[in-house]
Amino acid sequence: MIANQIGYYSLTLGLIFSITIIPILVKNYNQHTQIIDKRIFSISFFQFFFVLVSFFGLVISFINSDFSNETVYNNSHTTKPIFYKISGTWGNHEGSLLLWLLVLTFFIFLFLIKSKEQPKKYRILTVIFQQIIIIGFFLFVLITSNPFNYLFPIPKEGLGLNPILQDPALAIHPPILYLGFVGSSIIFSSSLAAIVHRYISKNWAYHIKSWILISWFFLTIGILLGSIWAYYELGWGGFWFWDPVENVSLMPWLSLTALLHCILVLQKKTALTSWTIILSISTFILSVSGTFLVRSGILNSVHTFANDPERGLFILFFLFFLIFLSLIIFSIFNKNKSNNEFIKFNLISKETSILINNWFIMYFLSVVIIGTLYPIFLEVLTNEKISVGPPFYIKLILPFLIPFLIFMSIVPYLKWVKSEFIKVNVELILLFVLCLIISFLIFKYFGFESLIISILTPFTFYLFLTTIKDFLSKNQKNFAQKISHFGFSFLILSILLNSIFSSEVIVNLKEGEKFSFKGGTIIFNSLEENNGKNYKSIIGNFEINDNKNYSIKLKPELRIYNQPSIITSEADIKTSLFNDKFLVMNSVKNREYFNVRYQVKSFMIWIWISALILAIGGLFSLKKKLYEK
Amino acid sequence: MKNKILFIALLLFISFCLVVFFKSLNNSNVYIPDTPNKTVKEFKSKSLFSEDEISSEKILVNSDYYILNIWSSWCGPCRREHPKLMELSQNPSVKLIGINYRDNPKNAKNFIKKFGNPFSFIFVDTNGVISIELGAYGVPETIVLNKDKKIIKKFVGYLDDKSFKELNFILK
Repeated sequence: MIANQIGYYSLTLGLIFSITIIPILVKNYNQHTQIIDKRIFSISFFQFFFVLVSFFGLVISFINSDFSNETVYNNSHTTKPIFYKISGTWGNHEGSLLLWLLVLTFFIFLFLIKSKEQPKKYRILTVIFQQIIIIGFFLFVLITSNPFNYLFPIPKEGLGLNPILQDPALAIHPPILYLGFVGSSIIFSSSLAAIVHRYISKNWAYHIKSWILISWFFLTIGILLGSIWAYYELGWGGFWFWDPVENVSLMPWLSLTALLHCILVLQKKTALTSWTIILSISTFILSVSGTFLVRSGILNSVHTFANDPERGLFILFFLFFLIFLSLIIFSIFNKNKSNNEFIKFNLISKETSILINNWFIMYFLSVVIIGTLYPIFLEVLTNEKISVGPPFYIKLILPFLIPFLIFMSIVPYLKWVKSEFIKVNVELILLFVLCLIISFLIFKYFGFESLIISILTPFTFYLFLTTIKDFLSKNQKNFAQKISHFGFSFLILSILLNSIFSSEVIVNLKEGEKFSFKGGTIIFNSLEENNGKNYKSIIGNFEINDNKNYSIKLKPELRIYNQPSIITSEADIKTSLFNDKFLVMNSVKNREYFNVRYQVKSFMIWIWISALILAIGGLFSLKKKLYEK
Repeated sequence: MKNKILFIALLLFISFCLVVFFKSLNNSNVYIPDTPNKTVKEFKSKSLFSEDEISSEKILVNSDYYILNIWSSWCGPCRREHPKLMELSQNPSVKLIGINYRDNPKNAKNFIKKFGNPFSFIFVDTNGVISIELGAYGVPETIVLNKDKKIIKKFVGYLDDKSFKELNFILK
């Protein structure tokens, strides 16, 4: 109860600090000193500190199951394990916004103390823009989604956290994703400040690169965790579903990845300045759009915590305020620079190739944006409801992946400014022939998929082998880039092999029944019942025999949660190096027959590992940067 | 000049997006479960104002329509929709039955005293079982039954003006 009050008042204090810091910033901006007013540091620190107190206030309310707090009442229950009581803090709309604010205030404080070598005016402008965003979020939280609403009379028991959100991967997924999203807000503010201050230079590129790397790393890991959760918990049996909510997190990632490459050109050649700024702005705008689409309830999914039009309206206007603000600043301050921007690029050089890489990424980004937003536009304009599914994305993305992969396997050999045509190397040709043979063997023994996939396969192998070759070469320059590129090629390869080799059997079975299929037999041995802490579970004992008399046991579960009363089905997954055996059951009528879905998913674990390698590359690059200082 | 045209075109396009998003906000996306023609099963509970256990079969009689309203004194939205329920109780072809969800009887009685009683009967649902059996998602929730105790409509969340209009249309 006290924690609740402390939380509320510290949050309000945080907003007051935001408002008081702005006049100080403006005054300091106009002064002729080169030193930032000390008060700015302390106010920024206290702002972060009070939001932190407020956040802990909410955490404590959750731990104590203080149901006088409406958020706790709606999302917690006394029988819940302590771990999920804590993660329940950000597993709901109000709490997750408080977390946004916490990260926002933390990052701006970090920016202030970590940017000492930068010009004063630029730093102050960045803080001003960032404070505008922070005030927007403070108002949003306090007006529309106060996490400390008081309930009286105090309910005896809470409504409980949605059971599908009770998962370790999901407990850390939102905070990590937010670190990525909010990191992009720093990039946004600092790029606006850099335009106004006319500070878009090699220095700036070098300085902002760490923020880009931080956001990119966390965004990648955040998306990965979400994907792992969807695979294990939702039992959809795959790693990516092109669900609107997944796409919404992919959009800023693509834009940020483009930025990550493009900033290199700015750093080396002071070129592509406008483009860098556009990407910096669009990354954050896409993050906020994602928040809007998910939180307003326009997209219906497991992430839609609240369907409150008032909230949607607030984010919508805030979002367009940010868009117009950045557009106006961009058009006013970026004018006279545009003339000398056409520094000539050589056709065969690293700059050109990065530009082409950006064009590819922009194409993938537009496919995702159109696929996600088109149904919304169509519904408003014509009242017709459609849903865009995986075939749309696959058809549009796959063909362009082929030139992209070819391109990616050539580019790392190019040099800055000007490069000769690559010498046709016997080694590389041999490597390519090897890839052709591997792909041919795959299709000969495992069947032909489709034309595009069969063209894609050798090139994927080729990229994979060249990245390995790079990895082993003696030249250890760009080590981080090599790791990431290796991770990426590995990811594409795993996805491809996964789609070629996976198989699936769906059947309705009763206890004691058997079903034989091409690859073996499914035996439904027995059912048992068990009691968990806040659920009852029905466990099916299954045995799978394959044709070589090798058998495994799988135990999928149906969980009947008491608060709220929801039935979830937990897949049982046996993971091995080369494939995952995945079995999930659902009850059909009276719990006598069960719908059983058995899948063999090849190379599943490699998809997670390769995505992790991709992210680690970013971390290496960051580490290298910090050491150079 | 060219830049200016581009800038204006971009502004127009973004404004267009704003309008579309704004409109789509009003498209309700609330998920209302499809429960066509399900008959409400018999349930038994105490009345809020007496100690005897009464079966729902004895209450759900002699009316063209029945409205089951799940409410609680601690629930803010219930308070907001209460005047609408009071208005509904004037309609002679409808019988309103309250289900008092997970509430302290004392608070519930105070609530009724303060805001008026639209219900012809109030079941006490101390542990929430009745509401869950009815397929409730939370409080408040309003379930409309016809003469044969079949569910014809369900309103999840409080009755706003739009759903109230819809409700009155059904009862005509």
